[in-house]
Amino acid sequence: MTDLTGRTEDAAPPAEVPEMELFHAHSFLTKYVFCQDAKVIAIQYAGTAIAIGLVALVLSWVIRIQLAFPGAVALIDAKAYYQAVTMHGMIMVVYMLTAIFLGGFGNYLIPLMVGARDMVFPFVNMLSYWVYLLATLVLAASYFAPGGPSGAGWTLYPPQSILTGTPGYDYGIVMMLASLVLFIVGFTMGGLNYVVTVLQARTRGMTLMRMPLTVWGIFAAAVMALLAFPGLFVACVMLLLDRTLGTSFFMPAIVEFGEHKAYVGGSPILFQHLFWFFGHPEVYIVALPAFGIVSDLISVHARKNIFGYRMMVWAIIAIGVLSMVVWGHHMYVSGMDPLFGFFFAVTTLAIAVPTALKVYNWVITLWRADIRFTTPMLFALGFLVTFVNGGLTGLYLGNVIVDVPLSKTLFVVAHFHMVMGIAPVLVIFGAIYHWYPKITGRMMDETLGKVHFWITFLGAYAIFFPMHYLGVLGVPRRFYELGETAFIPDSAHLLNVSITVIALVVGFAQAIFFYNLFASLKRGKPAGGNPWRAASLEWQTPETPPGHGNWGDEPPIVYRWAYAYSVPGAPEDYIPQNEPPIRGEHSS
Amino acid sequence: MSVMGLLFVVIASIAATWLWRQGVLQAPWLQEGDVAGYSGRAVAPPPAAKVGLGVFLAVAACVFSLMTAAFFMRQSSPDWRTPPMPGVLLLNTLTLVASSVTIQMAHFAAMRGARERLEAWLVASAALSLLFVLGQLWAWRELIAAGVYAAGNPANAFFYLLTGAHGLHLIGGLVALAGVIGRAWRERTPATLSTSVELCATYWHFLLIVWLLLFLMLTGRADALGAICRRIIS
Repeated sequence: MTDLTGRTEDAAPPAEVPEMELFHAHSFLTKYVFCQDAKVIAIQYAGTAIAIGLVALVLSWVIRIQLAFPGAVALIDAKAYYQAVTMHGMIMVVYMLTAIFLGGFGNYLIPLMVGARDMVFPFVNMLSYWVYLLATLVLAASYFAPGGPSGAGWTLYPPQSILTGTPGYDYGIVMMLASLVLFIVGFTMGGLNYVVTVLQARTRGMTLMRMPLTVWGIFAAAVMALLAFPGLFVACVMLLLDRTLGTSFFMPAIVEFGEHKAYVGGSPILFQHLFWFFGHPEVYIVALPAFGIVSDLISVHARKNIFGYRMMVWAIIAIGVLSMVVWGHHMYVSGMDPLFGFFFAVTTLAIAVPTALKVYNWVITLWRADIRFTTPMLFALGFLVTFVNGGLTGLYLGNVIVDVPLSKTLFVVAHFHMVMGIAPVLVIFGAIYHWYPKITGRMMDETLGKVHFWITFLGAYAIFFPMHYLGVLGVPRRFYELGETAFIPDSAHLLNVSITVIALVVGFAQAIFFYNLFASLKRGKPAGGNPWRAASLEWQTPETPPGHGNWGDEPPIVYRWAYAYSVPGAPEDYIPQNEPPIRGEHSS
Repeated sequence: MSVMGLLFVVIASIAATWLWRQGVLQAPWLQEGDVAGYSGRAVAPPPAAKVGLGVFLAVAACVFSLMTAAFFMRQSSPDWRTPPMPGVLLLNTLTLVASSVTIQMAHFAAMRGARERLEAWLVASAALSLLFVLGQLWAWRELIAAGVYAAGNPANAFFYLLTGAHGLHLIGGLVALAGVIGRAWRERTPATLSTSVELCATYWHFLLIVWLLLFLMLTGRADALGAICRRIIS
């Protein structure tokens, strides 16, 4: 098949773009703070996302403590509880997961994996981070505003979100909306970079179909995010106008505490459409990068090429396209036309096809592979199991008649925490263990990593598995207190207590990870350039950690795809992407 | 929602064509070394900034079409009262058309390397755009003077929202244009400016098209346009 002429320089297609001019840092400030190097921006993004994520983790304890021991902590009144629920959801979905996958891993991995020296618009990239930081600070600051943050639920549905009965009516909701608008502006700057870098800055020979699936996942997610975030943007701007100028985009004529408000004839359903037009793609904006990263982790640590690479790429594209037309399944209980319900149920179930295809391909990749149970691999396998679990309950909830009775129960909480809470977080951990040697030049401790994995993985199951059962019993979500309810047996309350205790333990156990993360900076085993013996381009940099400009004098030339593992006849069990082919060798 | 649908069909078909041409059907595991069937590029690839602007325009189109979709959904309720349109809007439209024409002339001048003319056209276009923004503010003033407040009727609110969003986009463009004019002043060789001017021109044309559609929609003539489209299709 392959024509191996030996003229290796000619064997690769010509460069897509000329060499770019790099920004060079001259002072400490421009090197580490206002830095335009994507690798530094990636660390800034990830650090900020993890920091605000820890705040959200603490908020989840607040929720859990109240649910298990109602009224035991005097500080947690109904107001504080709803504020915790709102902020936990919003932070985790938008400010943590989206930011860490696209801003963190996207910034670090895209240029390295496609063989670029940096993102194509480094200045805009830097700006993106600072706007994101500002958005995060505005959101966090709402805790210190009079009245506290908004307690409207993370979906911020009007009319209740901007009426006086909701906590944070004065400042919280305004700061939340302003912060989201900022986040979207910042994200758009970053997203432009990720997309255009993949389109424009690939090195010689790096054709689209030779990109690692991580890049494919992040690329598709960035495209989707650019198209979906405008939905949230428009919704936020219009809700902000309703709140501040008294317009009636979403606010119907309403009587509050016996007083006629000035609003007339707005449509709350319109907000739901706009919100979920963003909200559903958001799930896949988080999931697609996770899919991509997991594909690479499995392939590298199983020493086998990913099964059905083309199918994997097409599935990513198909999921991206389909996920733009399923938002209505979040609105089954809004009283929509049955015909719409039918349409959205069909598209929702159709997404299961490409998704299942990916799962099969991961499993077949593992089949008879030379599996190394390293920490990243454990997390990847953990993801696989968890994602299948969460995905299956998604099939239940995708059906209108099953969703309607379950929609207000803990079943939904269990479903989405499995599928877009635990599953992506496991991938984030796996990816950090996997790429940490490239970022710092040292390995993380394997034993601590494994302890961390088992506590997190088993703990997450002990937390969220029983919630399915509670949901089927009819235990409602969002409630501050269950009180005396005939249909909820005492055993359910006991289960609630156990969930809370385990949640606290698992939360504190993350300290192991952070200890490992920081201690390994100094004491970790030196990793060398390619400790996992991986084929993709980011492991072939001349320096580790990669220097400014990534590639020294000459950018690499790519001769093959990123999954040349265990190739028969090759001297090693992997062939790096940038290793020139030898005449007559393993032609098939 | 049909507005969004149309936009997505356009974006999806561009993406599909691109993916096809980039060889998304190839089997990479069979292709070591040379990429079989790699078409290569006969012409130089477009500059990154151009692609970046293209992607940004897709995002901006998304924002505007979502607002439009909301407009149409809301419009169908019985309490909708289209506000009286200030006459200055028509004048503004002509101004924006003129500014789009002048910036295109600037692009032509930049390609030919005529520096003086380039500067003149750029300044003319910036002035016309500024005039448009002032004209829009004038229209707002007139409406407010006539008692048409944003809080009054959803139609009014949508009018302020859409014109405001469009105006902000144009102001953003003016900031970029000011930078280009500054560079035209400093740099002796207009050839390097050609791309920047072209990007500005593309953005201006985009905003012109958006404004024309918004103008039809806000003055209640969009239904007539829709009827014509339906007749063409059927």
